[in-house]
Amino acid sequence: MDSIVENVVVKDGVDQETVDAVREVGGAYKHGWSTDIEMEYAPKGLSPDIVKLISEKNEEPDWMLDWRLAAYERWLQKKEPEWAMVDYPKIDFQDQYYYARPKSMETKPKSLDEVDPKLLATYEKLGIPLKEQLILAGVDGAEELTGAPRKVAVDAVFDSVSVGTTFRDELLKAGVIFCSISEAIKDYPDLVKKYLGSVVPVSDNYYATLNSAVFSDGSFVYIPPGVRCPMELSTYFRINAENTGQFERTLIIADKGSYVSYLEGCTAPQRDIAQLHAAVVEIIIEEDAEVKYSTVQNWYPGDENGKGGIYNFVTKRADCRGDRAKVMWTQVETGSAVTWKYPSCILRGNETQGEFYSIAIANNMQQADTGTKMVHLGKNTKSRIVSKGISAGQAQNTYRGLVSMHPRAKDSRNYTQCDSLLIGDKCGAHTVPYIEVKNNSSRVEHEATTSKVDDDQLFYCRSRGMDEEEAVALVVNGFCKDVLQALPMEFAMEAQQLVAISLEGSVG
Amino acid sequence: MLTINNLHVKLEEEDKPILKGVNLTVEAGKVHAIMGPNGSGKSTLSYVLSGKDGYEVTDGTVNLNGQDVFGMEPEERSSAGMFLAFQYPVEIPGVGNMTFLRTAVNAQRKSRGEEEMSAAEFLKIVRLRAKELKIDADMLKRPVNVGFSGGEKKRNEILQMAMLEPKICILDETDSGLDVDAMKLVADGVNSLRNSNRGFLVITHYQRLLDHIKPDYVHIMADGQIVKTGGPDLALEVENNGYKDLLAGVA
Ligand SMILES: Nc1ncnc2c1ncn2[C@@H]1O[C@H](COP(=O)(O)OP(=O)(O)O)[C@@H](O)[C@H]1O
Ligand SMILES: [Mg+2]
Repeated sequence: MDSIVENVVVKDGVDQETVDAVREVGGAYKHGWSTDIEMEYAPKGLSPDIVKLISEKNEEPDWMLDWRLAAYERWLQKKEPEWAMVDYPKIDFQDQYYYARPKSMETKPKSLDEVDPKLLATYEKLGIPLKEQLILAGVDGAEELTGAPRKVAVDAVFDSVSVGTTFRDELLKAGVIFCSISEAIKDYPDLVKKYLGSVVPVSDNYYATLNSAVFSDGSFVYIPPGVRCPMELSTYFRINAENTGQFERTLIIADKGSYVSYLEGCTAPQRDIAQLHAAVVEIIIEEDAEVKYSTVQNWYPGDENGKGGIYNFVTKRADCRGDRAKVMWTQVETGSAVTWKYPSCILRGNETQGEFYSIAIANNMQQADTGTKMVHLGKNTKSRIVSKGISAGQAQNTYRGLVSMHPRAKDSRNYTQCDSLLIGDKCGAHTVPYIEVKNNSSRVEHEATTSKVDDDQLFYCRSRGMDEEEAVALVVNGFCKDVLQALPMEFAMEAQQLVAISLEGSVG
Repeated sequence: MLTINNLHVKLEEEDKPILKGVNLTVEAGKVHAIMGPNGSGKSTLSYVLSGKDGYEVTDGTVNLNGQDVFGMEPEERSSAGMFLAFQYPVEIPGVGNMTFLRTAVNAQRKSRGEEEMSAAEFLKIVRLRAKELKIDADMLKRPVNVGFSGGEKKRNEILQMAMLEPKICILDETDSGLDVDAMKLVADGVNSLRNSNRGFLVITHYQRLLDHIKPDYVHIMADGQIVKTGGPDLALEVENNGYKDLLAGVA
């Protein structure tokens, strides 16, 4: 494998004052509160019995349990990967809860009206209305506001279980299935059997294998042939319980000629002990279909000394199976103590397209190792990567990307743009692109820049009345513009504010 | 309104004095012009007034409407009514001109305890102001100063000034690099902001700007000091005879 490794750590030129003033972001995390709710836990630790118990709690058929147990056996034989540029204390997998659900969810509510008001209030407080209502949001200047307000359907996952999915009936009328994966296993076993594990095989990697054994819930989406999903779909993940890992599983299937835009949001309370999150997202895109998958990841990042926070080990992959299938990943990663995440595109069909837009912000002691894999298998396939990494405090931010052109992937193209922005001189930015081209008609372009927040820009903003934090937020949002524009409108605004919040205290 | 008293400034990094005792008072409603050879300290004065890093005030005071300017952060000075139209406006990639303006207007309002300007009201005003400066819709959308021509950058500074409605406007060589038409536009923009509550400090190399923006006083700056003060005629004298004779006369 050809590998170009370019390590850039800029350490000069920023004055001590700025550095000294790098303060905590912990206080700035807005979702650090927790919900006091009666929970039901499976016993701590991981064993075949726990796997059986999770399966039983979800009232799963035997084939599912067998699948899980096989994954568990695989996991026992696997080793935790160490190649990423992240450094964290060894996780004791026996000291975790693998299943936690609100007591009130023991018997599944039939509709949102039956859901515990405390749970509904939790999401309300997070700004995620589970009432079926229109979500109104605008971006930027008013003149940029276009189009009518749109509906967004939400699946809300609280610790290990889905508490409810909105707009289900309306979606079903269009033929769209949107429900929790636990329900899909029962109600649509054929679809689940056919597709589950077909993009991310059980033994793909350590965390994916773990997830396959113990995933408790997540979302399921099926868009039938030729259907344009009538609204945005979204899943909102909340880790509430202490010492509890969240292992969600998302399966999205876009059948021939269909389209869907899917959003994912995540938060967790502020806790001193790090928590584990190991999700798997699989997307199957058939001929002429298109999927947009956007994430705003705002897990608790830990305090300014690196205490607590979410360890986020995620496997996300989209398989463009049919010709002309398209996928677009957009991610805004601001939270987590440790992020390990590489949303990937398998460009299997001819003329398929994969795009990856990413903003990764790491402040204080956060560590992010994130990027993408573009695997070109079909002819005339195209991929585009735009990555914006921002580091502040003592954070380390690594872009790790693989672009691979197989012998059969004739006349394919990739364009990668990878920009890093540094705030202060104790943080680091690293770019690790791997490029393998196995045919001579394909082209791969890679551009990378590293810069520091420019003092003249900050002074210019301040001389117009913005305080330093506002100025930094504005300049950084400008730096991220290409990616922010790729987000659905409802998310772009939230993402802009998040950029500002996650950089609070990064300058002084 | 703005009182500069015995201002001494040196570079923070090295012991190089740049301003060596500047005394100047700009009254509300008046236009003061500062002329002087390259390197005499005009831009430094404008930067120190607006609070840029890298300079150290070794002596003297600056007072804006009773407030000690050196006790204020740049953004506080701005909200208190100080505005500098930069000699070299800064580019901010990815940030729409309009977004920048609105953020600035609302930041100032917020710090003064006023309500934010609504999107609709802002749009109305900005369009009106932009039209006067022949700034089209496209220029309002483009990222701040990125790819702007010299003239566009300067007009954009005046647009910011018009939107922020400052009490004291400092213009640092706003005329340099402008053709006659562009200069006329900029001058008209400035003149339309002239009123009895607002003071101006216009830094320029050339008399021609002062044909359009009629100053009340003209000061000549040389080697970090104001060496001569007069009426509009003084600018003409510079135009005709250069600084050499003038400075020789002073020395
Ligand atoms: N940041 C700086 N670093 C080094 N020299 C500077 C700096 N700022 C100003 N100077 C020097 O101070 C003097 C005055 O500069 P300036 O204020 O730009 O003059 P003017 O605007 O009148 O042309 C010049 O000799 C210039 O080289
Ligand atoms: Mg100058």
